[in-house]
Amino acid sequence: MTDHDREPQAIRAEALESLLIEKGLLTADAIDEVIVRYSERVGPMNGARVVARAWIDPDFKQRLLEDGTSAINEFSFEGGRIEKLVVVENTEKVHNAVVCTLCSCYPWAVLGLPPRWYKDPQYRSRIVREPRTVLKEMGLDLPADLEIRIWDSSAEVRYMVLPQQPEHSLGKSEQELAQLVTRNSMVGVESL
Amino acid sequence: MELEDGLAPPMANGELLFEAPWQGRVFGIARVLSEQGYFPWDDFREALINKISYWDQSHREHDPYAYYDHFLAALTDLLSRKKLFDFSELLDRDEQFRVRPHGHDH
Repeated sequence: MTDHDREPQAIRAEALESLLIEKGLLTADAIDEVIVRYSERVGPMNGARVVARAWIDPDFKQRLLEDGTSAINEFSFEGGRIEKLVVVENTEKVHNAVVCTLCSCYPWAVLGLPPRWYKDPQYRSRIVREPRTVLKEMGLDLPADLEIRIWDSSAEVRYMVLPQQPEHSLGKSEQELAQLVTRNSMVGVESL
Repeated sequence: MELEDGLAPPMANGELLFEAPWQGRVFGIARVLSEQGYFPWDDFREALINKISYWDQSHREHDPYAYYDHFLAALTDLLSRKKLFDFSELLDRDEQFRVRPHGHDH
């Protein structure tokens, strides 16, 4: 028996890593460090902190909506520089959702790496054409009179949704609020 | 869920961050090389968009979509185009690894 039985991509990936290490272009430790960073420190908990602060601090919220990139610099998140972060606010009249129709662009610094469905061709193509239906299939049944806006991410601009604060959470602390905020609500496929 | 060696796999909102270890490795390789300045991330993004759009246009109805297959293909194309290695070197090593005995020492 040989490694013929392994997934060809797994072998190709191992060959690639071994070749690059041999050429002195990187080390296995550096790759490990990136994986740990995105597993433990860069993720939706960062976006949740941003949302919680926007809920309790109107000045911060204004700064966030005016210039998301600068506003999140008030936190010190890892996860790659975002060229431009635009935060779009859900209101009584408008619901926002985010997609990357071409590949998988996503605001890593605040949300970490995208979930599988976000990268799938189904979501990428259908959320633009029939947003109401797709959101309903994902468990979010929006009233017919609520306007839906879809934001297509690009190399230059990444979007994050500022969900509406649930009424029952009024009066909670910033830290408690952050725990209520889910990744899906910040992509706009869930309401809180 | 636990991996064989007892380590919990990386999770993100209750989901696996990577579905197989090799996906994490190639993601790490791409990030490290880009952070070290071997290429701007946008170049990689363009290579990835090309691979994905080719699939979007050419796949058959029930073909499964494998995001990291495109990621890996885009990365190897970009790196050989940037002359970090010659593509034939990668194919040679690939073949070496493919025919080595099962259960070899890593």
